[in-house]
Order: sequence, then C-alpha cells, then structure tokens
Amino acid sequence: MTQDKLFRTFSTTIVWFWLSVFALVPSFLLFMTSLLVHGDSELVRLQFTVDNYLQLFNANYLRVFLRSFLLAGACTVGCLLLAYPFSYLIARSADRYKGILLLLVVIPFWTSSLIRSYAIVAILKTHGILNTFLLWVGIIDTPIQMLYTDTATLIGLIYTLLPLMILPLYASIEKLDTRLIDAACDLGANKIQVLLKILLPLTLPGILSGCVLVFLPAMTIFYIPDLLGGAKTLLIGNIIQSQFLAARNWPMGATISVALTLLMSMMLFIYWRCYKHKKEPMYESY
Amino acid sequence: MNNIIELKGVSKYYHDHPVLQDIDLEVKNREFLTILGPSGCGKTTLLRLISGFETPSSGTILMKGKDVSELPAPLRHVNTVFQSYALFPHMNVFENVAFGLRCQHLPKDEIDHRVREALRMVKLEHLILRKPHQLSGGQQQRIAIARAVVNKPLVLLLDEPLSSLDYRLRKTMQMELKQLQSDLGITFILVTHDQEEALSTADRVVIMNHGLIEQIGTPRAVYEEPENLHVAQFVGEVNIFNAKVLAISPDTIEVEFEGKQFTLKNSKNFSEAEFLYILLRPEDLEVWGVNEVQNPENMYSANVVQVIYKGSTVDLILKLKSGTQILATQFFNEDDEKLDFRLGESVWVCWRSGWEVILANDTR
Repeated sequence: MTQDKLFRTFSTTIVWFWLSVFALVPSFLLFMTSLLVHGDSELVRLQFTVDNYLQLFNANYLRVFLRSFLLAGACTVGCLLLAYPFSYLIARSADRYKGILLLLVVIPFWTSSLIRSYAIVAILKTHGILNTFLLWVGIIDTPIQMLYTDTATLIGLIYTLLPLMILPLYASIEKLDTRLIDAACDLGANKIQVLLKILLPLTLPGILSGCVLVFLPAMTIFYIPDLLGGAKTLLIGNIIQSQFLAARNWPMGATISVALTLLMSMMLFIYWRCYKHKKEPMYESY
Repeated sequence: MNNIIELKGVSKYYHDHPVLQDIDLEVKNREFLTILGPSGCGKTTLLRLISGFETPSSGTILMKGKDVSELPAPLRHVNTVFQSYALFPHMNVFENVAFGLRCQHLPKDEIDHRVREALRMVKLEHLILRKPHQLSGGQQQRIAIARAVVNKPLVLLLDEPLSSLDYRLRKTMQMELKQLQSDLGITFILVTHDQEEALSTADRVVIMNHGLIEQIGTPRAVYEEPENLHVAQFVGEVNIFNAKVLAISPDTIEVEFEGKQFTLKNSKNFSEAEFLYILLRPEDLEVWGVNEVQNPENMYSANVVQVIYKGSTVDLILKLKSGTQILATQFFNEDDEKLDFRLGESVWVCWRSGWEVILANDTR
C-alpha cells in the first residue's frame, strides 16, 4: 500500500515538475514580459505597464487578428469539407484497405512541413508546374499569379493541416454503427436527412476535435503565409515572429502571444462545454 | 389480391456465392409469418430483400401487386425492427419514434398525437423523454417496435427481435407481439432461429436451410408432418430410424426397423424394397417398466441411460438392444404416475401407432 502511494506521489510530482518547468514557468515569464516596457538599448526595461494590452486595440492589430481568424476559419471549413467525405470513404472501405489508406494520409507527415511548403511554391509559382500544365493543355494563355496570394496561403494551410482533420473524423465515423443509417433509411429518410439527422450529430465529437486541431495551428503557423503569401498577408503568427525577431519588441510580442493564448483557451473551453454536453450521465434502467 | 408481398423466383448471389436460390413466397395480408432457419440459411438476406436494403440478383418482388425489386428502402412502405434495435442514441424516445413521421414532414400536431399513441401501445408513454441508453433491453425493444409501427407500414419486418432478451422476457414479448399484430391488423414477418418462438408466434412458418425454402405451413403442419429430414430435425426433437419396406398392399406397408416388423399406413405411395426413415417424436414414445407389460410383442427392449427431470415432463435417454440411443419424453398424468426410472433399468418402449412420420430415404 505505502509503496503504491509512494509511487503515485512520485509520478504526480514528476508530472507537476514537468508542467512547471516547461509550461507554467515559461507562460508566467511570457505574461510578465508582456507587462514590461520595450527598451532601445536592452531587451526589456523593468517597468510595469499595461500599455501593451491597450495597444492591442489598435486598429492594425485588430485587423490582423480578424484576418487570421477569417483565414484560419476558411482553412478549417475547407479542411472539413474535404476531409469529411474522404474520412467517410476510408471508414467504409474494406478492412484490409483502411490501414494502407490511413498510412497514405500520414506519410507526408514524415517530411518536414517546411519542405512540403517549398514544394507547393514549386507548383504554384508563375513558371511552376501548375501554370506550365494549364498553358500546355491550353486552358490559359498567360500564367496566372497564384503564388503570394491569400489563396496560396489558404491552399498551403489546408494541405498542411488536412491530416489533423481526417484522423479524428475517421475515428468517429469508423465508430458509428452503420445499422443506425440502415434504420434511418428504413424509416424513410433520404440521403440529406440521413446526413443531417444521423451522420453529422453522431460524428460531432470528431468534427469538433478536428476543427480545434486545425483552427489553432492555422492561426499561428507563420512560415506558410511567409512562403506562400509572400509576407504580404500578415497573420498573428507573423506579427509575433517579427515582434520578437525583427522589431526586437519582446513585450509587445509577448502581449500578442498572451492574447492569442487567451483566445484559444476560450475556444477550447467552448469545445469542452459542447463535448461535455454530449455525454450525459448514465441512469439505472427502469 | 390477398397477397401483400410476393417473391417470384428470387435469387441472391454475393460474389457468385448463392445466398438465396429461386425463392417463391407469398405473404398473405394480415398474417403473422415466421421465417425459421439456422444462422447463415439466408433468412436475414430474405428480410433485407423485402425491406429494400438488398436487390435481388434475379427474380421479382411484388408488393401489393407492384414490382418493387429495384425500389430503395426509404421508398418502400415496410418498416423493420432490427436485431440490435438500432435506436438513435442522440435522440430521446419521442424523437426516435417521431423520426419516420418527421422525414415525411407531417404537421407537428399529428406527429405528436401519433407518437404518443404508438408509445401508449407499447406501454412506455412515461419514458418519452429518456435517451436510449437510459432504457433496459426490453424497453429499447418496445421503443424500436413503436418507432416502426408509428409509420403504419404495410408490413412490419422483425429481424430476430427477441434474441437478446432473457427467457422470461422473451416469452412475454412473444405474446405481446402476437397481441400487437392482431390489434394493428398489419402483416408481421418475423425472422428467428428459435423454433419454439417460431411455432408460438406464427400463423404460418417458413423453414429455410442453405438458401432454400424447405417447407411452408402452419406450426402444426411443420411439426407433425415435416416434409423432409431437415425440417423434422430443426423443428423440435426427433428420433430417426432407418427402415426398409418388406411388402406392400394398397393401403399399408410392411416395414422392418431395429429388428422388428410393423404394418404402417402407406401414405406416400412407397414401393417395395424402398428405404425409409421412420420419425418418432420423443413425446410419441411410451416407456413402461418391465413389470407393467404383459405382452411386449410390439415393443422394443431398452435400458435407461439418462433421466432428465424437467418439472412437467421427464426426458429419458434410452439405449436399444442394437445400441441406438433414443429420446423419450414422459408426462405426468393419471394413467402413469410412476415415472421414477432408475439408471440402467430395463424398460419396454412403444409408440402410439399412427403418430409416426414416414419419409423416403433418398440417400440410399
């Protein structure tokens, strides 16, 4: 008994130590930095202020937040629309193919996403693969400017984050009892009614976790807008990066980071509430 | 036009493997039809062909005289009670039962009225706001039935609906299904592998094996006059003896089995020297103690191998002199109150003449 207890104390201590060193302390330092003042000669001046937070309400920052929000939202919706039918097909294909199909989804993960982004550049650029192909087929006369547009950023984001949507969707569609779909058809439901009344509600947990998994990184990945959007499309991730590395304004960078963290915490909280709502307590029968 | 459903020469193949072969079946309006067969005999496939989840590889399915072979499930006016119930876990009882009506976009008042009526019929009106996981197996079963019958289908299909309930509840539900069927006045087609359930619920029983229909008839007919060995073996217990025809006269045949000769009715035009099966149900056999019999001329001598006390009956496993083991069921009644057989005891066995079933033995 005592040994068991000792082990439990020991393991919880390790977890707490780990969390403290790698999550709590850095977050606290970040938060403290956000309350300091940017100096010209030193990184931060030890002077307490909330000015940085007031600056967040500057129209420029708000615009970037809104843009990032919209782009991440578009990316999430795009991923969902692409991934749902795809996941459905994998989940409903023969057992012996499922593993292979999922492996094919995961394989690109083994290559650095930076390299994959350069590959997209090679495809989208003015004399890239796609334009060359379209010219050769004769669909267009002059190359289309695709690289360094919001569309390119969106394509890059969706391509990079799609697996994060597919995997949770696959898991929840795979779990779904197909007999429920049979039952709905039997009761006279057409395909749209089956989708809206049975499939979507029952795979909602998968949809929500997929959206969270895609939306959060989509807000912050900075190298994709950099490479594909040509740094014209400033997103939160880019601002944080440039505040820390280019402008050397650590307090401001920290402030934006903290604001972003708060925003995402709020979204995770909403997700958690939705999910908790799904699981109702079991009652004794009768 | 008394047939609500007709199957004409229906076959179903999966990857060239026959699941159903050349099925002809007429389902009468307002009857309780039970399809009985071992697992894998194609009975569930037959049900799925009627409900529209499968299309026949060949042959036609008529519903009220119209060809529905290619009509998809949502457009067929039949409803199914699934083996797993398949209640929608995210909907409460009301929403589950209302599902079919909502798909038809009926007015709210009518939906409300009909759902309550269906729930009243299965006596679960008080559980209207429960979720499926808050219900017991028996309650889920009733909701599944209510969800199907609320749509007023032409035919209600039941796919082994009682198989996951315990024995006592299953008995109750069998009676309730029978009652419900006569109250609703619609056709029920129930699929089961439980012969007792088939016999006690059905107006007519369809016995299937290996994708073929072996026999269709009333419960009494399939039990007392099985058309072949499989039907006899599948419906109830039966003792089977190999016999040979020694002589024939217009009405009777002289047969020999287990070393004794008997004169039996020539019911099926048997010919001389033909090999036969003589089938005797355990309850058709009479077992007598050695001291109770004066003239054992037409009786077999046997030894008691096993005595199984079942409350209302006693089952005896007996070993004939030839070594054949047979099963005999003895009832407690006024004629014969002495049923305490000892293991190893010598007894005399006979059967009530005329109760035997004689089948041709095609394998010889």
